[in-house]
Amino acid sequence: MTRWFRVYGWRHLVGLLALVFALLPIVFVISASLNPRGTLTASVTLFADASLDNYRDLAGIPYGFWFGNTLWIAAATAVATVLLAASGAYAFSRFRFKGRRLGLLGLLLVQMFPQVLAAVAIFLLMAQIKGALPGIGLGTQFGLVLVYLGGAMGVNIFLIKGFFDSIPTELDDAAKVDGASHTRVFFTIILRLGAPVLAVIALLSFIATVNEFMIASIMLQDPQRKTLAVGLYGLISERLSANWGVFSAGALLGAVPSVLLFRFLQRYIVSGLLRGSVKG
Amino acid sequence: MTDLARSGQRLGSLAGKLLLVGLVNALAVYGLVATYAVRDWGIFAVILVATAAVDYVYFSRRTLASRYLLPGLIFLLIFQVYVVIYTAYAGFTNVGDGHNLDKPRALQHILAVSEKRVPGSPPYKVQVLAGPDDRLHLLATGPDGRTTLDGRPATGVPADHRVLPFRDLVGRQQEVLALRVPLQDGSLRTEDGSTGYIAKPTLRYADDTLTDTVTGTVYRATERGYFESADGKVLTPGWKEVVGLDNYVRAFTDERLRAPLLSVFAWTFAFAALSVLTTFALGLLLALTLNREGLRGRGIYRSLLVLPYAVPSFLSALVWTGMLNQSFGFVNHGLLGGADIPWLNDATLAKVSVLLVNLWLGFPYMFLICTGALQAVPAEVNEAARIDGAGPWQLFRRVTLPLLLVSTGPLLVASFAFNFNNFTVIYFVTGGGPNIPDAPITLGSTDLLISAVYKVAFGGAGREWGFACAMSTIIFLVVAAISAAGFRRTRALEETYS
Repeated sequence: MTRWFRVYGWRHLVGLLALVFALLPIVFVISASLNPRGTLTASVTLFADASLDNYRDLAGIPYGFWFGNTLWIAAATAVATVLLAASGAYAFSRFRFKGRRLGLLGLLLVQMFPQVLAAVAIFLLMAQIKGALPGIGLGTQFGLVLVYLGGAMGVNIFLIKGFFDSIPTELDDAAKVDGASHTRVFFTIILRLGAPVLAVIALLSFIATVNEFMIASIMLQDPQRKTLAVGLYGLISERLSANWGVFSAGALLGAVPSVLLFRFLQRYIVSGLLRGSVKG
Repeated sequence: MTDLARSGQRLGSLAGKLLLVGLVNALAVYGLVATYAVRDWGIFAVILVATAAVDYVYFSRRTLASRYLLPGLIFLLIFQVYVVIYTAYAGFTNVGDGHNLDKPRALQHILAVSEKRVPGSPPYKVQVLAGPDDRLHLLATGPDGRTTLDGRPATGVPADHRVLPFRDLVGRQQEVLALRVPLQDGSLRTEDGSTGYIAKPTLRYADDTLTDTVTGTVYRATERGYFESADGKVLTPGWKEVVGLDNYVRAFTDERLRAPLLSVFAWTFAFAALSVLTTFALGLLLALTLNREGLRGRGIYRSLLVLPYAVPSFLSALVWTGMLNQSFGFVNHGLLGGADIPWLNDATLAKVSVLLVNLWLGFPYMFLICTGALQAVPAEVNEAARIDGAGPWQLFRRVTLPLLLVSTGPLLVASFAFNFNNFTVIYFVTGGGPNIPDAPITLGSTDLLISAVYKVAFGGAGREWGFACAMSTIIFLVVAAISAAGFRRTRALEETYS
């Protein structure tokens, strides 16, 4: 018994404590979302009562819009980011051209300045664009995606390039002997073999976009155009206690897509991150 | 592959390219027309240059690499490089509330606002019309009986315009009041939508000064971006003016501002460093504890422990705000049985609280990468150390930890840089509060530099964009210096350029 504890038992103890810490807020929010009284005070007692009232109340706020907006904005950003960064990484990995070193160094420099720091400049730029091209300017989700794509090349290109470098160039050469163009090599060989790292980039970009608040909040004012982050923050900052139940329901549903994606791609993440960081 | 199939494929990809580039050009033409219509030459030039670059790169034979770089590069240059440069520039200006326009437009605006009816001028009979794009126009019949629409001769209401009904006249009063038709001796304006009159500015512009023709007051253009009279009265709006280092001087010398800013600065470093330290420590501890062959339920522990990382962090941050609420929160009233601990309202406790929340958000990530890195350590290394007589602590301290730090080092630097600007946690959990008393701008004791920038730029009353941009520039310089130091210590750079 004591030997078992010395080897395994204390590990379970630490593990269980960590589980309590990790799961407490999640349990709390599940309980609060089911509590029909819907206030913060009432949520203090876990699982005091259970009903789906809060979920029904979500129909009374533009939650559906927020959810849909977030999904398509994040998905569009993730897909476009992967395409832009992968093609850039392909150029750096497979071609030797003038300014290649300088380009990589420049990217390293640029990506140190997060977009949020330039929020004011982005706001002014989008306001200017709105004057001429209202479809992609301030207040539009499409414009928001364009802004996010500015950060597509930065960090990602290094992770992807590191991975592409490890794909043997003999494969390219063989395909080229068979008459494949460089475009074809890119789409049929590089993108396919690079799928693991591209999945990681897509996931990280998706999660980062779902989480992004600052730029989304200055870009989107119309209630039906907001993202989940902007909308739910508004709900809470307006009346924290009274809206707690509805918020909990919304938060729980809002977490589903990210958690699902994460479950599917989790095994790629660790290897992708460690590999990319070591390879640069 | 046969030659026929090959040339067919070539033809297919050529068609695809033509279609895509054609689409880009079509959109560009639309953009050029639209920007030309509002005379926005800046955006006009950008569209022109970008489209020319696309056409050159995709049809020249010597630009293979650029074809793959250009799309990302265009976005990068506009939404990352340009905005950064503009931020640096705006830090030297006074742009913000009341200083958004350039000087000619501000002048135009001031003159228009100062317009008064010319005494004794004959009334016009007017009608307010809405055009097909719903913009308002003024149809006027002068004392001489001639009818004009926006100053041009007209015969009546054009077919695609409609007379604005009374209800809309009231509802869109601001737009109606802003309607003005320039005439030879002043401009035609209306207050009620049925009678018009000739109005002239009561201010006269000459030699960079405005003179009030009624009172004789002289307003001089000043370096602050205002027309200002001798006794300090200003005419609004002001304009955007380069103020040199004023914003920086203010940040460093304004007595009441300096102390709060310094404390924000110090806290930003402390927050980032402590966040990395605590999350790494807990993640490593759990990885070491649970990464043991034969431990039952390893998989379950792992998949449940990473849940906090999988949930979007803004949601978790908001949930924690509710849990830590002093009067109604779960921590005080559920866990501690009715305690009254000011988790978010006391300066010190609030700092502890945001670190705790950030620990919750961040430890699974560290747990994941530490587990991954641990499994990559060859068993022989541990074996060899043990044979050499190393105890468990020595093994960890001299072998495992150094090896771990090599592979996770760059990620720790990245994590520091990320937490340095971790706006979401701070803004959602405490809102930066509790506020530091006596600060001239609202700064709180848990504010990071980035949330302070957001508050200065977009929070509450006075939007001081120039000052916010100056602060952004300072943050950039700090982060750049740290990253440069961090990267030099890893071999990331050399490997990247191999």
